[in-house]
Amino acid sequence: MTTYVLAVLLGVVAGVLAGMFGVGGGILFVPTLTWLGLTQLHAEATSLLAIIPTVVVGVWRHNRYGNVRWASAAVIGVASIGAAVGGAQVAESLPESTLRKLFAVLLLFTAAQIAWRARKRPA
Amino acid sequence: MTFVLIGLVAGFFSALFGVGGGVVIVPLLLLAAKWDLRTASATSLAAIGITATAGVVTYVVHGEVRPLYALLVGVPAAFGAASGSALQRRLPVRTLSFLFAALLVGIAIDMLLR
Repeated sequence: MTTYVLAVLLGVVAGVLAGMFGVGGGILFVPTLTWLGLTQLHAEATSLLAIIPTVVVGVWRHNRYGNVRWASAAVIGVASIGAAVGGAQVAESLPESTLRKLFAVLLLFTAAQIAWRARKRPA
Repeated sequence: MTFVLIGLVAGFFSALFGVGGGVVIVPLLLLAAKWDLRTASATSLAAIGITATAGVVTYVVHGEVRPLYALLVGVPAAFGAASGSALQRRLPVRTLSFLFAALLVGIAIDMLLR
C-alpha cells in the first residue's frame, strides 16, 4: 500500500517537474520506478507506457495554441517505429548494470541541456 | 528527410532508455530545422505519442511492462505536468533550472554507484 501511495506522489512530482522544465516524464519515471523496486529494464518498459497520458494531455494543450506541426510529427513518429522496436531489442540484450550506467549518461546529457537552455534565458 | 533521420535516432533512443525521446528530438529540431523551442517541444510531444506506443508494444510482447505501476505514476504525472507548465510563468525558472540540473546529476551519480 505504502508503495502505491509513494508511486502516486512521485508521479505528481515527476509530472510537475517535467512540465516546468520542458522535459518528458520518462527521465524521472525510470529512476522513480527503480526506487519503487522495479529492475532497470522493467522500469524503462513501464515508463514508456506511463508517458502516454502526459503526452496526450500535453499535445492537447499545445494544439490549442497551434504549436503542433502535425505533418512533421507524423513523419518523425512513423520513422521512429522500426528504430523503437530495435532499441527495445538492444535493451533486452544488455546486462542490467550496463543499461543503468547508460541511463546515468543520458541523465547527465539532459542536465547539461537544461543548464544550457537556462543560461541563455533572461533571468 | 531530416525528419525521417530524427525519427530513427529518437525511436532507438526512446525504446533503449524508456524515455519519450524529446531529449533527442527537441535539440535536433532546434539545430537542424531551426524551429523555435515551443514549436519543437509541441511537435516532439506529438511524435513521441507514436514512438512510445511502438516501444510499449515491443516491451509488452517481451513481458516487461508493469501496467499497474504505469497507471499509478503516469496518470498523476499527466495532471502534474499541466500545473508544472502553468507554474513556469510564475517562478524564477532560470535559477530552478540549475537546481533541477543538479538534481539530475545527483540521480545519475546514484545510478552509477549502485
